[in-house]
Amino acid sequence: MTLIARVFVTPKTAILDPQGKAVAASLHSMGYDEVADARLGKLIELRLEGKDAASVSERVDEMCRRLLANEIIEDYRFEVAPGAERGSEGPRS
Amino acid sequence: MKWGVVVFPGSCDERDAAYALGSVIGDEVAMLWHGDEDLKGVDAVVLPGGFSYGDYLRCGAMARFSPVMRAVTEHARSGGPVFGICNGFQILCEAGLLPGALVRNSELRFLCRSVRVRVESTATAFTASCDNGQLLSIPVKNGEGRFVAGEAELARLEREGRVVFRYADGAPNGSLNDIAGVCNDAGNVVGLMPHPEHAVDPLLGSADAAVLFRSAHAWLAGGDARKRA
Repeated sequence: MTLIARVFVTPKTAILDPQGKAVAASLHSMGYDEVADARLGKLIELRLEGKDAASVSERVDEMCRRLLANEIIEDYRFEVAPGAERGSEGPRS
Repeated sequence: MKWGVVVFPGSCDERDAAYALGSVIGDEVAMLWHGDEDLKGVDAVVLPGGFSYGDYLRCGAMARFSPVMRAVTEHARSGGPVFGICNGFQILCEAGLLPGALVRNSELRFLCRSVRVRVESTATAFTASCDNGQLLSIPVKNGEGRFVAGEAELARLEREGRVVFRYADGAPNGSLNDIAGVCNDAGNVVGLMPHPEHAVDPLLGSADAAVLFRSAHAWLAGGDARKRA
């Protein structure tokens, strides 16, 4: 079946994230004082074929470690869910 | 000796590197394409600056998987000199040939100016002909030049004398410990964020960095080359 893996990559908390700091500063200047911190990461959506979420997880994890994230500077996590069938609109909901 | 300058899609300093090596140092230069499977018999490799594969995902993340990098890795592991400049440094880090990573400058600006770099170790192929503490005026031009490494890794680099270059007047980009360049444990693989190939002729504003390329030439001709054989 078609599955969608959503991979979230974020800068490690020990690494200074100047983009996040700039976003937080903008939100503060707009009056959103409740914002304590912002960190910018990326979302990578993979459409893939597999039996079920459990069966593809090992390889998605490998993709994360080998290419999608650099573990020196980034953390990652991912979730796998059933996706729309091939030929339909794809991952965007 | 023969140098190989690797050209990735998006490289932009390969001609300057070839000029520095060919016209200034006077060595033979071969341009290597990212899809090449072998290094055409070169003695040393330069990974030049630029924006390989558009800097997509992370700087250097895709370039490390190009076919030529298998050959570069083999060359590096067998003791051959490899010099990664700017994007080339990023690629070597992504490939695991050098420690650490290079991330967005702390001030979020693209920096383009001359800096003073201090040679901190002469135990590498590219600094063997330098004096310890020698100051070199070299331009930086990058948006993602902030060197970071885990705490333990950073301590190890300092302890082992593998910080090869440090910004003499403080890091302009937030690099940890003002680090501008590092090497692998054998000293044959070196990464440097500023651009030595732009500082090899007084016409360019500085000729300070020609010594780095001359070092590798002498290093290969001297005892270290014999050790490799």
